[in-house]
Amino acid sequence: MSKSPNLLLPALGGTALVLGVAFGLMNRDYAADKIDTLEMRVDQVSTQASSAAEKAKVEAARAAELEQQVAEIQAAAAKQVAGGTLAEPAPQIEGRYGLGRAALAEEIAAWDVDVLPDGRGLPEGSGDVWTGEEVFVDYCASCHGDFAEGVDNWPVLAGGFDTLANEDPVKTVGSYWPYLSTVWDYVHRSMPFGSAGTLTADETYAIVAYILYSNDMVDDDFVLSNETFNDVEMHNAEGFIVDDRADVEYAEWSVEPCMESCKDEVSITMRSVFLVETPPEGGSNSVMNPAKVDDLPSFTAAGPSFIPAAATKPAEAPAPQVTEVAVADDGDALLKHGEKVFRKCSACHAVGDGAKNKVGPQLNGVMGRIMGSVEGFGYSNVFAEANAAGKVWTPEEMAAFLAKPKSYIKGTKMAFAGLKKDEDLDAITAYLASFAE
Amino acid sequence: MDDIFKPSRRAFLRGSAALAAGGVAGAAAADTPDQLITELQDWASYTGVGVDETPYGMPISFESHVVRRNVEWLTASPISSINFTPIHALEGTITPQGCAFERHHSGAIELSKLDYRLMINGLVDQPLVFTYEDLERFPRENHVYFCECAANTGMEWAGAQLNGVQFTHGMIHNMEYTGVPLRTLLKEAGADISADKWVYVEGADASSNGRSIPMEKALDDVLVAFKANGEALRMEHGYPVRLVVPGWEGNMWVKWLRRIEVTDMAVESREETSKYTDVLEDGTARKWTWEMDAKSVITSPSPQMPITHGKGPLVISGLAWSGHGKITLVDVSKDGGITWETARLGKQGDTKALTRFYLDMDWDGAPMLLQSRAMDETGYVQPTKEQLREKRGENSVYHNNCIQTWYVNAEGIAENVEVS
Repeated sequence: MSKSPNLLLPALGGTALVLGVAFGLMNRDYAADKIDTLEMRVDQVSTQASSAAEKAKVEAARAAELEQQVAEIQAAAAKQVAGGTLAEPAPQIEGRYGLGRAALAEEIAAWDVDVLPDGRGLPEGSGDVWTGEEVFVDYCASCHGDFAEGVDNWPVLAGGFDTLANEDPVKTVGSYWPYLSTVWDYVHRSMPFGSAGTLTADETYAIVAYILYSNDMVDDDFVLSNETFNDVEMHNAEGFIVDDRADVEYAEWSVEPCMESCKDEVSITMRSVFLVETPPEGGSNSVMNPAKVDDLPSFTAAGPSFIPAAATKPAEAPAPQVTEVAVADDGDALLKHGEKVFRKCSACHAVGDGAKNKVGPQLNGVMGRIMGSVEGFGYSNVFAEANAAGKVWTPEEMAAFLAKPKSYIKGTKMAFAGLKKDEDLDAITAYLASFAE
Repeated sequence: MDDIFKPSRRAFLRGSAALAAGGVAGAAAADTPDQLITELQDWASYTGVGVDETPYGMPISFESHVVRRNVEWLTASPISSINFTPIHALEGTITPQGCAFERHHSGAIELSKLDYRLMINGLVDQPLVFTYEDLERFPRENHVYFCECAANTGMEWAGAQLNGVQFTHGMIHNMEYTGVPLRTLLKEAGADISADKWVYVEGADASSNGRSIPMEKALDDVLVAFKANGEALRMEHGYPVRLVVPGWEGNMWVKWLRRIEVTDMAVESREETSKYTDVLEDGTARKWTWEMDAKSVITSPSPQMPITHGKGPLVISGLAWSGHGKITLVDVSKDGGITWETARLGKQGDTKALTRFYLDMDWDGAPMLLQSRAMDETGYVQPTKEQLREKRGENSVYHNNCIQTWYVNAEGIAENVEVS
């Protein structure tokens, strides 16, 4: 331990002690011949004391500064606590915790089997192409095929050269893998699937030699060993670049995002290829989606270009609760069909006894009535204009309207795509005509 | 078809009743008293189930459809495969472990704490072996992080493929991890932590799934985790110990972590060369594309979550995340990207964790093209599929963080589509 008060004690306390010592020395009764020495000593001590005082000042200033910082940190922490986001990292101690035990050489040898791109880590051994073929057929072919061509969804190991720029690149050991070490390491450590770690070094050299042969990368008399390993040139060794997204993408895409009029029009270019069913027992089944893009609207800032007709699977579509509808004539097939068709309308329109306006106007007595004339209903401008012009709902007008509402009268609020079939149009007009005022 | 895609009959009746009663504004009126209210119900009269009926509870039977699901034809075998988190049916941000997506390369293994060993070797002063108990004696931290498979949304490069957000975006989960910073273990072994060094990590399963992590990241926020959401890791998430590599692709989050090796170069393992690399249009490939860029998706409405209540108040709910930090902004478009509105963040998300966003709207029943667009604290804005294809072509599989579009029709049914 140091005896220097400057080092031993905190700044202010240390200075007081030094001055105290100097005072004590001066009050003692010493021989005259020691006075000079003592005076010199006093000078030294007071010099020390004043330097200590100077240092103390600096330290006091530093302490105040630190206190200020602590206060700031505490304030920030309190704010974070209030916001619920304060987290303190786990303490780091200099030195070690003394946990764990030394790994033994045998243990490291058992687990540290990875092979580096330059071949470090390869054990001694060798294997030739023909031995490789035999081992491959025994251990690998059930998934990868006799010629490394892949069975079902299992990986293809050979071929695929010059396909990487295609839409469906075939990424094999030959066409894609940049390092031979990866092949050796993976086969040795993680293959065969279901018996990983059971291949000897020689078997692994042989299998890898055969995979290279399957890719036309070596001749049939090739022997792969820890010594020939670095002679093999991988086809796609130069085919990789290190992540450059920061330069190529981030810079360009880190801009103020557009909020309005970002495009003029948006149309749907592709619908989901698969509809996915999810059975209660788990998993899923996917089936092709038969729907076409043409059935869907395009969009502008004003909204969708049209409202598509009811769902393609009517059985599963919501069945709106129909308000009481009085059917004029049970025996009339046309009216019965019309009643069915009206279900498409009944979410918004009521007809029959006591029918009231809903999202759309009530439709009792609509045939022969002047357009836009139902009391208490807020019509769109276009129907108000039709009303002013005295236009009348005839069966023909109604059929034309219901076939293509949005083009019949541009600006209608009615969100209905229209009826495609003539029989539906005939039925609905007959059905509506059956309800008097 | 399963109920999950087909809103229940009861939901339809409820929705259409509201429609029939006006459905524009204000509460719906009832014609007849609701028997669920006026009549004494069994559950209000009989006693329920006692404690300990299920010592470790499962969700109530009504929620049994909210499960992980796979798509069989995607992979050769369920042993080396993936399934999807039911993100359409979850809310908030934390993913329960029991329905968090699984990705195994050689199946999930049963490894007990007693049999667990973690070795740290390579460029270290003292190679060490830790038991599970040793790990619990180091100072530990708690952090919420998302884990996203690099292949999430990968099928969608070629166009709109699978009709469900669970399938297009479900290779993600978000949990609160408890663990020891990797740097603590590196220091314990006296590792060479100079910037040009690498940390190679591997698992105890048959695949071993080795990955190389640059030293800078290893010293930053990587955790050696043994708990998730307060409980032990589930088997399928790497019990008893997994690596957590915040913001970086899920494949690096090695499960059943058994070895940490300090090396002087990347190992260039199978998972970082032949897989998880991004083939560009000209056939060259990007490697070491570790960070998961900012991304978002609307989880409801979505194909598995149609609007069943008709017009009126509608909650648009979604998730946003970024491997580069916090989400600062999410915008929503209802017209396929012509106009955008800023969404409300449910709660300011943690860095590299899921953030929930909402847009509360009054739906007029008109079809919509719903999209969401995230921005993170670096100022990066989630790109469109077109922007991504322009840079990378269509040969990629991984790292697709494009803006997703749902077409919602007048009946509230949503479909996965691609737009101009």
